[in-house]
Amino acid sequence: MAFRAAVITFPGSNCDRDMASALAAVSGAPAIRVWHGDADLPDNLDLIALPGGFSYGDYLRSGAMAATSPIMRAVVAAAGRGVPVLGVCNGFQVLTEARLLPGALLRNAGQRFICRTVALKVENTASPFTAGYTAGETIRIPVAHHDGNYYADAETLDRLEGEGLVAFRYAESVNGSARDIAGVVSENGRVLGMMPHPERAIEPAAVSALGGADGRRMFESILASFATA
Amino acid sequence: MQVRVLVRLKPGVLDPQGRAVHHALEGLGFAGVEDVRIGRLIELDVAEGTDHATITQMCEKLLANTVIESFTIEGLGEGAN
Repeated sequence: MAFRAAVITFPGSNCDRDMASALAAVSGAPAIRVWHGDADLPDNLDLIALPGGFSYGDYLRSGAMAATSPIMRAVVAAAGRGVPVLGVCNGFQVLTEARLLPGALLRNAGQRFICRTVALKVENTASPFTAGYTAGETIRIPVAHHDGNYYADAETLDRLEGEGLVAFRYAESVNGSARDIAGVVSENGRVLGMMPHPERAIEPAAVSALGGADGRRMFESILASFATA
Repeated sequence: MQVRVLVRLKPGVLDPQGRAVHHALEGLGFAGVEDVRIGRLIELDVAEGTDHATITQMCEKLLANTVIESFTIEGLGEGAN
């Protein structure tokens, strides 16, 4: 049976095609494109991806309007059933606004939009998204965001660290994120939100001028967990 | 009926925008500004009789992100906070 991934498009999403393309390249199966106004998701999904972009022009707060979309009710319900959900960049912001992940993404501490490839340290290798990495290894993934400054209160940060729910940390100074957190997973490991863009790092530098191939292993990890499920 | 919702970043949450404006004020020669925090004013025109609890729900569900923001409601007269 082919891998079934859905990529949600909100008005203002701009990395949805990249996400669909990365998923298709790694899985060999085309991703199903879903519009934000749809009330239902396709059946039997193996992954739901919320892409980067500027949904609703970042009105009110980044991700706040998208979190109220009809499709997000279906995404929250699917996450409750254990369907893996990956939110990248604006997708991460949407996941925090929808309260599927704790914390919030504030304006970058330096006020500037940051667009470059950064070093990340892999912290959690227990989730279907990160099983293909080695704990403590450094990978390079591009970031492109204005509101990537992860915030949660100290109690929540302690809990995230204590329970191993920090997926990635920045290995360099990037945006002022609390405890250098670049990505977090839910308690059951089935929901991952991260500011860096793994879908922009699926081909070696020799093939693509984009961010290298370190993001590819995330998609391979998801696929491997699907194959053994 | 006009209701005003003031949304503010909670104390301790970094406000880079406020900090930049603070620096700009100093650059313009205004002395003695201790801090600048930037919030959001939302004006709602709601049906007469809309109660405080309903506006509070609007704030908690959408208008404010209570992870990082607090809100106050003005204009409902008695019972407003």
